Amino acid sequence: MGNVLVFAEHHGGKLAKAALISVQAGKLLATRSGVECHAIVLGKGIEPLANELAEYGVAKVYAAEDGAFEHYTADAHAAALAQIVKEKGFETLLAASTAVGKDLLPRVAGLFEVGMASDVLHFNDDGTMTRPMYAGNVIATVSLDSNPRVISVRTTAFDAATKDASKGSVEKISVSLPATATRTKFVEFSETKSDRPSLTDARIVVSGGRALKSGENFKTILEPLCDVLGAAMGASRAAVDAGFVPNDLQVGQTGKVVAPELYIAVGISGAIQHLAGMKDSKIIVAINKDPEAPIFQVADYGLVADLFKAVPELTEEIRKLKAS
Amino acid sequence: MKVLVTVKRVPDPNATIRVKPDGTGIVTDNLKYVVNPFDEIAIEEALRIKEKGGGAEVVLVSIGAKSAAEQLRTGLAMGADRAILVVAEHDLDPLAVARVLRKLVEQEKPDIVLMGKQAIDDDANQTGQMLAALLDWPQATFASKKESLESEAEKNGLPGIQLGNGRATVVREVDGGLETLELPLPAVITVDLRLNVPRYASLPGIMKARKKELKEIPIAELGTDTTPRLRVLRSDPPPKRQAGRIVESVQELVQVLHNEAKVI
Repeated sequence: MGNVLVFAEHHGGKLAKAALISVQAGKLLATRSGVECHAIVLGKGIEPLANELAEYGVAKVYAAEDGAFEHYTADAHAAALAQIVKEKGFETLLAASTAVGKDLLPRVAGLFEVGMASDVLHFNDDGTMTRPMYAGNVIATVSLDSNPRVISVRTTAFDAATKDASKGSVEKISVSLPATATRTKFVEFSETKSDRPSLTDARIVVSGGRALKSGENFKTILEPLCDVLGAAMGASRAAVDAGFVPNDLQVGQTGKVVAPELYIAVGISGAIQHLAGMKDSKIIVAINKDPEAPIFQVADYGLVADLFKAVPELTEEIRKLKAS
Repeated sequence: MKVLVTVKRVPDPNATIRVKPDGTGIVTDNLKYVVNPFDEIAIEEALRIKEKGGGAEVVLVSIGAKSAAEQLRTGLAMGADRAILVVAEHDLDPLAVARVLRKLVEQEKPDIVLMGKQAIDDDANQTGQMLAALLDWPQATFASKKESLESEAEKNGLPGIQLGNGRATVVREVDGGLETLELPLPAVITVDLRLNVPRYASLPGIMKARKKELKEIPIAELGTDTTPRLRVLRSDPPPKRQAGRIVESVQELVQVLHNEAKVI
């Protein structure tokens, strides 16, 4: 049986956390199938990254250098991955379902004209997999009848790989790209500037709902709590629709899916739409004055209180705790 | 200029989805169906391209049961010119849908295929990228809009997708920010939530839509392999989180988070 190839994502000269998560998922799948887990890094000046990746328990890392990979484009990356999977006879191609993974993997599957499983949560012993559908309201058991099998994994469902005593080998390879690989031009990247951690990376997320009543209250009530916790700020769709905060803060099915260690929902009732985006958080705290709010059914700790009184108090208590 | 827009019939995103006890799917009794919200944004963007001039034609396509005609009528009422419904009574996986779309693209020869980034039923996020690969066209997924532009002129003047000289410039929502790509047409562009706010169909629009062409094509007529490669064997509800406990005060909350959950 053919080996598993993991596409390792990197940004700004560093391996992405998602790369280590996909390596972990790839190792699990390879062990289960009795094959080897290999990884590939595409880019410019990426040899150090390939060497680093080889320490995470993969048998082999391919380093493919090419100017066409300087900025990620689906055209160049998909063509390269398809070529390598074919040449080396890989039977599985796996990556994390990040923005890059979501853009790239279905295109590779399309080049092979094979099926794909997205956002996989778990690999079963019988070769089937589970993945969420209907905003996480359904966990589907799926089979994928394809060669190669193209699979993206949900980053919140696997741990990041840790360094292993045995170091894998690194092989430099070159790919011959078709002329169409460079037709898409990268123009620019404008980074979202924020002093807070990004929603999807944050260890703690504090989200506000419509009960905050205004954008001003997000600043005066919620921001101090975020700051004292070093948390990212999120919001419910209702708060976004009401115009309190911009859409990129939205947590939910149509917004971002987060799974931090601690999620604090402030004045959020807990619509299905919102729960879809946060219910995999490790610890959920709900602060709401309505004891019947559905958010309390998923919360580990609930506080029935007026948020305008409770949140400033909570901020102050945490500040005291941190100072002690 | 011709823009082909895909439209999927999906359960209302605000509806409660329940899994059948025997695990064979979801309970569909009394379920309300709508245009996939991301596809609605794609229709809106196509209409904006048309309204900017150049005589663009907006053609909608849906693949599915005959009942999907309802969603195509909604898109026609918003202002699309005509619609095609590929009638398929069995479930199709994203690869099969992409293969059917390839056939339609070969017939219709659009300059742009605009699609929602994902359908909110299977949440696969694959079809647009697969179609681009099958056609050997470039792709720009997750088209979005810059929100924090400095001047009013910029705010009003810069859509997330700009067209000119046979090329598209697309602002994309990616991890950690916005990326801009430039690609030659024809191309597949999939849209994200922030690109625009779709219009409602006006009453005159609804009246006009009744007279617009809606052509049905049986899927077999397209002669493409639609065997699903990805099969859903079983559907289960997600594991329930155990409801936790109600704490009495802010002090108690801080104490449990610190000593018991050890997260602060």
